[in-house]
Amino acid sequence: MTEHNGDLKPSKPPIWNDPKYRALFFQVLLMAGLGYFFYSIVQTTLGNMEKQHISTGFGFLSEKAGFDILQTLIPYSSDSSYGHTFYVGILNTLLVSILGIFLASILGFIIGVARLSNNWLLSKIATVYIETFRNIPLLIQIFFWYIVVLRAMPSARDSLSLFDSFFLNVRGLYLPAPITESSFIYTTITVVIALIAIFIFKRWAQKRQEATGEQLPVFLISLAVLTLPALLVFFATGSPLVWEIPELKGFNFQGGITIIPELFALLIALTIYTAAFIAEIVRSGIKAVNHGQTEAALSVGLTPTQNLRLVVIPQALRVIIPPMTSQYLNLLKNSSLATAIGYPDLVSVFMGTTLNQTGQAIEIVAMTMAVYLVLSLLISLFMNWYNAKMALIER
Amino acid sequence: MYVTDKILPELPAPSNSKGVVHWLKSNLFSSPVNIVFTFLGLLLLYKTLPPIIQWAFIDATWVADTREECLGEGKGACWAYIGNRFGQVMYGFYPPAEYWRPNIAGILLIALTIPLFIEKMPRKVWLGAFILLVFPFIAYYLIHGGFLGLSEVGTDKWGGLMLTLIISLVGIAAALPLGIILALGRRSEMPIIKSVCVIFIEFWRGVPLISVLFMASVMLPLFLPEGSSFDKLARAMIGIILFQAAYVAEVVRGGLQAIPKGQYEAAVAMGLSYWKSMTLIILPQALKLVIPGLVNTFIALFKDTTLVLIIGLFDLLAIIENVLGSDSSWLGFFTEGLVFAAFVFWIFCFAMSRYSMALERKLDTGHRN
Repeated sequence: MTEHNGDLKPSKPPIWNDPKYRALFFQVLLMAGLGYFFYSIVQTTLGNMEKQHISTGFGFLSEKAGFDILQTLIPYSSDSSYGHTFYVGILNTLLVSILGIFLASILGFIIGVARLSNNWLLSKIATVYIETFRNIPLLIQIFFWYIVVLRAMPSARDSLSLFDSFFLNVRGLYLPAPITESSFIYTTITVVIALIAIFIFKRWAQKRQEATGEQLPVFLISLAVLTLPALLVFFATGSPLVWEIPELKGFNFQGGITIIPELFALLIALTIYTAAFIAEIVRSGIKAVNHGQTEAALSVGLTPTQNLRLVVIPQALRVIIPPMTSQYLNLLKNSSLATAIGYPDLVSVFMGTTLNQTGQAIEIVAMTMAVYLVLSLLISLFMNWYNAKMALIER
Repeated sequence: MYVTDKILPELPAPSNSKGVVHWLKSNLFSSPVNIVFTFLGLLLLYKTLPPIIQWAFIDATWVADTREECLGEGKGACWAYIGNRFGQVMYGFYPPAEYWRPNIAGILLIALTIPLFIEKMPRKVWLGAFILLVFPFIAYYLIHGGFLGLSEVGTDKWGGLMLTLIISLVGIAAALPLGIILALGRRSEMPIIKSVCVIFIEFWRGVPLISVLFMASVMLPLFLPEGSSFDKLARAMIGIILFQAAYVAEVVRGGLQAIPKGQYEAAVAMGLSYWKSMTLIILPQALKLVIPGLVNTFIALFKDTTLVLIIGLFDLLAIIENVLGSDSSWLGFFTEGLVFAAFVFWIFCFAMSRYSMALERKLDTGHRN
């Protein structure tokens, strides 16, 4: 018996038919091909740049930029360096993206729920909203808000105003700015302590409910803990907060917070466009929760609000989060359309103006793309973490 | 015992469960909150619809030869402006005497595509291959010309809706095969091939299209040996195709993952080689599954083509924004142009999204997992 074993082994395939060697061969081929491709590109590029007298390296970042930027979140003047321009651009991109993500999520959620409403008119209006705005290119919408709507606003003298403290005119939107005195710090400290207390209280209430089944009015108690001491301290220290209301001086408004029309238009367009997509995601997420879940929740005696808060939304979130992540990423990337109307975002000030002035295409394109890649990565990591936190814990 | 031998006639439904009043009651006024929402909705419609209809239809000027006829008290939209510049809106700077060339290419494409939508049409695959592989050359000959008796019309003269359609159609047609290869590579078991594909896909998906277009227009010329130069349109196309291929690859990967493992195993058990099992067994099933997803990526690409105006190509939006906007004989009708462009894009995208939804319903055979 044993002597046959040797003969029963399959004969070894020839080396060119062995999957292991074939895989190795193809991968080596790919690497060689890619290596040659990149090598030749680098060689030609270096040659081309030498002929066109384009300097290389990142030395330009410390050179003087020499142009002004419409909106800067950190101190910046035309004497600042190109490196500074880069940071200003990143911050402006982040500003519009974060505001956009925040507003689009709220609006999208409202529209998505409205579309599921049993009110016929409301759900039809939501449907029309979604079908209109997601099928029109974002760039057209940005132009529409910037050129058609905001340019048609009145001049500073005849601004549209709300409560005589919010003003909208052709130069932008003017909001009151909070100005705090030094004793405001006590109120801040109180709020922080209250937040910590609420966090501990919530954990304790949860444990208590699990042990005894008794429920506490957690929300009301939290609200009281958050607001009452803070208000008390606020008035005890003599109301150390005033609102600086924008005032018309000469030809323009002074004081308060100014939102330049470029930011305003970009923000409206991004919000409205992305909200249409988010609404569809929210709708499909809520619909994905089996109706039996609602029926079961109601039959064990939960109120409709509790059903929504404890049963439907936690399950819907699991369906909603992954596509929502890609919408947030889209919004971040779409914020680069700022270039078209001159909002000073990263692409506009760095890939646009700086590139035109220095001509160092490769460094600038690489830096800009790297920023977007890193930001995309950060958003996905955060959303993955949130998704894992919300995921069903299976036994 | 009393037994009736007649079936009683059906009674009409009680008046409180049918008719207009019932519909209103249950759909608009079912609860106090709903009543409030209904009135808010009506208020919104009342505030927005009448002025829009007034401006766009009732007060609009449809036919006019000069700008002055559109101006004046109580005049609404000036659609005559679009009508007067229709050639530019459609074809850009294409010489009007040659408009028949893109027209023939377009009609040919439509005529070739219609049979693809007819079920039970034989040899669809061959027709599809013809459209993807042979038709582009015919269209290029017709639209660009320059040989065999047709005069040359350079790509710098292309524009308008024609350019928008060319960019998006070429973009998707070229991105499709590249995307399929990338998707297969991403699911390969060879580590280097897999990681090269993953890096490629994630890179393009992580950066905005504008930066890709900038890269194509300023960096690409540096990469090429001196003397060999692409024109602006070709450079933009290369950027768009690479960008789009990454998105197509992710959609196709979804389809590949949805094919049950038994199909792969059966193909191997039959003794099929990798390429045979992919082209004969896996891809036909996977691609059919992802058609709705592909249509959705195409819609996104179609909307994204508007970005080419930033690098100076004259697509539909750019013609309206830059060319017509600075045309002194028709100054001041930017809104009309923008609304018209929005309408054109909306029609295309809405129709395609409806088509993709209908397909999804048709392909949904009910047995998932």
